[in-house]
Amino acid sequence: MRRLLMLFMLGAFVAPALAQVHEYNLDNGMKLLVREDHRAPVVVSQIWYKVGASYEHNGITGVSHLLEHMMFKGTEKHGPGEFSRIIAENGGRENAFTSKDFTAYFQQLEKSRLAVSFELEADRMRNLTLPKEEFDKERQVVIEERKLRTEDNPRALTYEQYNAAAFMTSPYRHPTIGWMNDLENLAVADLRQWYRHWYAPNNATLVVVGDVEPDRVHALAKQHFGQIPTVEPPAIKPRVEPTQNGERRITVRVPAELPYLMLGYHVPVLNKVEAEWEAYALEVMAGVLSGSRSARLPSKLVRGQQIAAGADAGYDLYARQGQLFQLSGTPARDHDIESLEQALLAEIETLKNELVSEGELDRIKAQVVASDVYEKDSMFYQAMQMGILETVGLGWQTMEQYREKINAVTPEQIRKVARKYLRADNRTVAVLEPLPLNSSLSAATPPPTRSH
Amino acid sequence: MKRLNWKITTAVIVIVVLTFALARLENPTEFEATDSSSGLAIQSWKTDNGTRVVFVPAPELPMVDVRVVFDAGSARDGNLPGLAKITAGMLDEGAGDRDADELARRFDDIGASYSASVKRDMAAFSLRTLVDKPLREQALSTFASILGEPTFPNDSFNRVRRNTLVSLQNKKQSPGDLAKDLFYKNLFGKHPYATPVSGEEESVKAMQRGDLQTFYQQYMVANNAVVAIVGQLDRQQAKELAEQVTAKLNPGEPAPSLPEVEALSEANRVDHAHPSAQTHILVGQPGMRRGDRDYFSLYVGNHILGGSGFGSRIVETIREDRGLAYSSYSYFVPQRVNGAFIMGLQTSNEQAQQALALLQEVLVKFIDQGPTKDELAHAKKNITGGFPLRIDSNKDIVEYLAMIEFYGLPHDYLDTFNENVEAVSAADIRDAFQRRIDPEKLLTVTVGKQAE
Repeated sequence: MRRLLMLFMLGAFVAPALAQVHEYNLDNGMKLLVREDHRAPVVVSQIWYKVGASYEHNGITGVSHLLEHMMFKGTEKHGPGEFSRIIAENGGRENAFTSKDFTAYFQQLEKSRLAVSFELEADRMRNLTLPKEEFDKERQVVIEERKLRTEDNPRALTYEQYNAAAFMTSPYRHPTIGWMNDLENLAVADLRQWYRHWYAPNNATLVVVGDVEPDRVHALAKQHFGQIPTVEPPAIKPRVEPTQNGERRITVRVPAELPYLMLGYHVPVLNKVEAEWEAYALEVMAGVLSGSRSARLPSKLVRGQQIAAGADAGYDLYARQGQLFQLSGTPARDHDIESLEQALLAEIETLKNELVSEGELDRIKAQVVASDVYEKDSMFYQAMQMGILETVGLGWQTMEQYREKINAVTPEQIRKVARKYLRADNRTVAVLEPLPLNSSLSAATPPPTRSH
Repeated sequence: MKRLNWKITTAVIVIVVLTFALARLENPTEFEATDSSSGLAIQSWKTDNGTRVVFVPAPELPMVDVRVVFDAGSARDGNLPGLAKITAGMLDEGAGDRDADELARRFDDIGASYSASVKRDMAAFSLRTLVDKPLREQALSTFASILGEPTFPNDSFNRVRRNTLVSLQNKKQSPGDLAKDLFYKNLFGKHPYATPVSGEEESVKAMQRGDLQTFYQQYMVANNAVVAIVGQLDRQQAKELAEQVTAKLNPGEPAPSLPEVEALSEANRVDHAHPSAQTHILVGQPGMRRGDRDYFSLYVGNHILGGSGFGSRIVETIREDRGLAYSSYSYFVPQRVNGAFIMGLQTSNEQAQQALALLQEVLVKFIDQGPTKDELAHAKKNITGGFPLRIDSNKDIVEYLAMIEFYGLPHDYLDTFNENVEAVSAADIRDAFQRRIDPEKLLTVTVGKQAE
């Protein structure tokens, strides 16, 4: 009773007026989204390209990410490193990131400097020089990055191999940073071609959030990006993952201290789902299992049974194509991987057999209501949400429906998606089995083979 | 919930330069802010039981951030490294007549978020809640109970201790974590800053529930605390909030002064074998304190040396000119007494010697000659021009407020920051570095597969 009252109040008091999103389309196909936030005299500008690791194919994996690095290495107008120098000179912060479904570049600036960012981004959209000597060095940097993030991180190594086992044909099987052998053999010509194909106004979304006037941002965007010619991007094949007909299990044995377990089930995403509610039910299911201290995995497996030192569940609702609903965990001391796996599977059985309580659902919905407000404290995050949704093809309006769609999810729907997707035959399991740390890694790394 | 899934997504996102972000992640208190037009009129007072309060209203969003900071970091661990962290982590395991599950639900039911974090100087407890009165009341009464009447249940303590041992094991498989712990141990010797915040196996095993209670009673008290508040409240509401949050705290005493940090008497090198593809290198010395008379000279100087990512000397030399490392940096950790000055990178084992020699060379030259006029002008533009970005969210502001009050910095610290930066000359930087950093007495730590 009290809980209902609470929620009623949430609905009554906390309906913050959404700052409006202004959408503009330039004649060359570039999209601009602007959202006003006048809390501080600053602006975030992000440019999102529809390209990333899931656009790549075997042999050139890592090309999107390496190209992202090369975007800081100079155009006809600006030498290597000059982009960063100019932004710094203007008191700005800048960086970029690459993921499976997108590549994005951003600047955060005092509001009067927005033109600086537009000018530089427009320049590097088409005029990159990609000098070979810079490329050679940067490829080494990325190889070091791969060693740092993956080779020397047992869990990341396990995740990479689990992912490649779970997806046979889907481009999601490739790591964003690229396989080491592909990195060693990427050529500057591969990047040139990739750049020509994907870096074009009609393949980009510009997102601006901050202390700005939307129509003036639009005029500024037209001035800097409006003349860049349209390029038809190549059609990429869908590469839809075939149905899985039996459990896959892999073991990763590397020098490590702790075992680690991952479970993943193929599930649809909002983008590629026949019934939209399924994706939202999966999203809520992830929230029932993890994401807050009162969720099931921390309260039952970590605190209650004390089988896990840590356990998580995750689902990426906004991926471009079919994803995994994943669970992962580290056994507590005096427990092994087998008992942790049994405990995780028992939680999945519970989801299939018993309806989630209204109390749990209310709690998740209350958290969504609150995070709607909290997210407005970060302009960067707001811009990011819009950028992702546009880039994967869902459209920014999707974020405005989120709360309503989550509210509509019923306990029956959660049980339905659990029964439909969380089946043993649809599962990939990966176990990290630690070898002693004093054993050698060198046997595991094949010698580099370079083509010239 | 959206947030959490996002976190999982970011785990597979690859970012182009981590240098700056990395240095910042490791030292959230390192952020600097500036500008006479900061517009942050800090209001301050004391609660009835002696806690210092700092408050800035933020009327735009219907939410409140509260950060309660105690001088109860790992520097207070005594002979039980990890005690501060485990104590802080235990507060929400039981308080008043509620257990961990009930406390978690009290927050999650209304979308409030609570977190505890411990560094060497401070234990910080953060709460974010919607401002709505009934919701705010529930969040604050729960928060007050956690801070003021924790019960330290025995079974929770045993579980937390076991899981802490698991996380210590996890660190052993990370060359980066190993390097950092070794660096601190050898840099600070017998000083309380020497031990890892997360503790050591031996001390965690030796800890008793009584040790936690004693630690709590001595350090987590009103006279040893600062409360920072940012949100949609007026002064009266903020006053009531501060009273409520601290009501259950014992008055207690401020923590005693920490011993001074001794300079290194000679150069020292520590090499630790690890089966990794890369060698992690850390080089440094004791650095400076908060409010240090050389603060601005060292801060601006380090910005040029290796604190600002691209364009800084270390990144240009190690990454841009030679492609030796993905991440390379230098930073000061200004603390209650002199914290660390650290330069770092990680590179393939066979390049470790070359990279280390370059790092030393860059430092020696910088100390010897100081920055160029252009470098200094550029750094000042970057620091002062970027000022508004540092306080563009409630989250940033509440962290600043807590930091300023905790270290007893003047309330116009932000307002005078830009002037102080502008006042630094190249000669000041050279002089400060020559007095404070002795290249003949550096500590060097390497972790990796020793070249055979």
